[in-house]
Amino acid sequence: MIRSVGRVSLDVVEGLGDFSLFVGRSFFSVPGTRRLWRRFARAVHEQGTVCLPVVLIVGVFTGLVLGLQGYHVLSRFGSEGLLGTMVSLSLVREMAPVLAALMLIGQAGSAFAAELGIQRNTEQIAALETMGVDSVGYLVAPRLLAALLVYPFQAALFVVVGLWGGSVSGSMLLGVDSGVYWSAVDRAIEFRDLRECFSKAAVFGLLATSICAYQGFHAGLNHSASGARAVSAATTRAVVLSSIMVLVGDYIISSFFV
Amino acid sequence: MGAASSCILGIRGLSKSFHGREVLSGIDLEVPSGMIFTVLGPSGAGKSVFLKCVAGIVPPDAGAISFDGRPLGRDARAMRDFRRRCGVLFQGNALFDSLTALENVSLPLEQTTRLDKEEIQSRSLEALRQLEMEDFRDHHPGALSGGMQKRLALARAIVTQPELVLFDEPTAGLDPLRRNAVFAMIAKYQRLAGFTALVVTHDVPEALVASDRVALLEKGRIQFEGTPADFTSSTHPVVAQFRDSEAALRATIAAIRSPEPAAA
Amino acid sequence: MKKSTLEFLVGVFVLLGIAAVVHLSLRAGSGTLGDGDTYVIESRFANAGGLHSGSSVLVSGVTVGRVEDIRMDPEDYSAIVTLRIPTALRLPTDSMASIKSSGLIGDKHVTLSPGADETHLEPGARILMTESAVDLESLIGKMAFGAVDDESTESTPAAETP
Repeated sequence: MIRSVGRVSLDVVEGLGDFSLFVGRSFFSVPGTRRLWRRFARAVHEQGTVCLPVVLIVGVFTGLVLGLQGYHVLSRFGSEGLLGTMVSLSLVREMAPVLAALMLIGQAGSAFAAELGIQRNTEQIAALETMGVDSVGYLVAPRLLAALLVYPFQAALFVVVGLWGGSVSGSMLLGVDSGVYWSAVDRAIEFRDLRECFSKAAVFGLLATSICAYQGFHAGLNHSASGARAVSAATTRAVVLSSIMVLVGDYIISSFFV
Repeated sequence: MGAASSCILGIRGLSKSFHGREVLSGIDLEVPSGMIFTVLGPSGAGKSVFLKCVAGIVPPDAGAISFDGRPLGRDARAMRDFRRRCGVLFQGNALFDSLTALENVSLPLEQTTRLDKEEIQSRSLEALRQLEMEDFRDHHPGALSGGMQKRLALARAIVTQPELVLFDEPTAGLDPLRRNAVFAMIAKYQRLAGFTALVVTHDVPEALVASDRVALLEKGRIQFEGTPADFTSSTHPVVAQFRDSEAALRATIAAIRSPEPAAA
Repeated sequence: MKKSTLEFLVGVFVLLGIAAVVHLSLRAGSGTLGDGDTYVIESRFANAGGLHSGSSVLVSGVTVGRVEDIRMDPEDYSAIVTLRIPTALRLPTDSMASIKSSGLIGDKHVTLSPGADETHLEPGARILMTESAVDLESLIGKMAFGAVDDESTESTPAAETP
């Protein structure tokens, strides 16, 4: 019993160390990678343009629901005037970075993990290595760099459409005057909140993308399954782990900021 | 055996185990340069593992590999040098499915050399032309037939003008006609480009025709090494068993059918 | 996908992202106050609890400015609140400043009720008529002890003159 606890904790420590080495290797490989720019543009496309619709849709509906629920709660206290404050702070501080990251994990992260897993299984990664190409620098580094840029952008777009969603449900459909709503929004959002929002988004991007990359890259290497099963297992692990880590990271960062 | 200068690849005491099962148990082999050297062996004999150890994809547990007289392993410079001068053709071709044929071929040049764009383009097109693939330069690998993918993979392997090309089961899953075509392709471009080919395969008759030298890998060891003619005439029991498998099959089938006289 | 299409889409996304970030930063900045000229006036309150710098200044329910600074006068322990309002808004000298809250639990803000004087408040001038924040807790406390009488409606029109 005690021995198995020890073994599990050793495994965890080993895994974390391996993971950190992997992330470090990705960043250190950046200077040596050629034609990084084109791969970077492709990665921005995969995480940015391709995922934009889902982020915008989720953003609008989050704003709509926040407006609706917030209105009914606040109107009990006669404080509908604070609806803009509530919607904007919820969006900026929590909803936008977390939900945008979860959506990006679902769409781009899973695809990335599966792609890497297949590339591992069809020896494409081995082929890169035998060509003398740094496989991590070629496959992972551009995506990590793109995530640092794309996640904050997606969070910002999420906030913008979310605020519109809140104004639609709160002031167009329900009773809050739109001037009151927007002036409450303006009063509520401070640079501190935006900084929290964007730094959270960047950290989530880094976490999620590196977890997905790590899982995909090692598909079928550390575990008994192989072939399609290894890829599907790696993809599942990538999505579950990175979603959990985004929420855990959110709590930790929030407790530092507040 | 031969002097170090004529021997491009030297392998000594190469061993590898997976999960406690020993796959390679001390392989010694010298590959002379400028020829087609084939390692034969039944499925599961560790041929692919052997080739991956040589290619530096799978780290061996023990043993030393030297390339062109320089030991590989810890020395990163020697390893980089080896990678630049060695091409690998994978069993599943390992083509990048998101890139076109031309992009696949130019990738190793783009990533590992400092050539300019035009030079890369012209060398890649030349490699495609050599393998009669220039009409398919903008096709993605998924849109090509198995034989074309093989040719494309060879084009990618030789575009860097390597001195040694490793072939991992180049004929796996192909019909006899295609098998012949693949061996013909290897022989043709080996002569044309002048590289040394190290092939692992289980297709005995094709390999015997196309190779300059063969070795037999079985139970994790090299059981036999010599010319194809030696192989054919060898009385070594493992060689004989592997070589004469067709005759053995014929005998087995005959034994199965013989008790039924009505079947005639 | 063609290379130029990819580049175009990436460019569109990056521009959208930058636009969103800039948009939010502008909202976070000076808020509804335009870039126009502004001036400050001061007002003295017996109790400025709940007010903070950045709180709104309203006239007839419309946000016109912000609280710039709150400090304490060490002589009589009252709070001196600096308000920043646009130059275009000229206030008569007998205007009144009161601290109100939006809703029961709402944020505190300053409401200016313009007076009728011919002369206007100069920049840096002090509003004489002020009404302090309602101390909700003590009000509720008194209500609970059943002592809500005239004396306790001490949301004092605490007009103070320096």
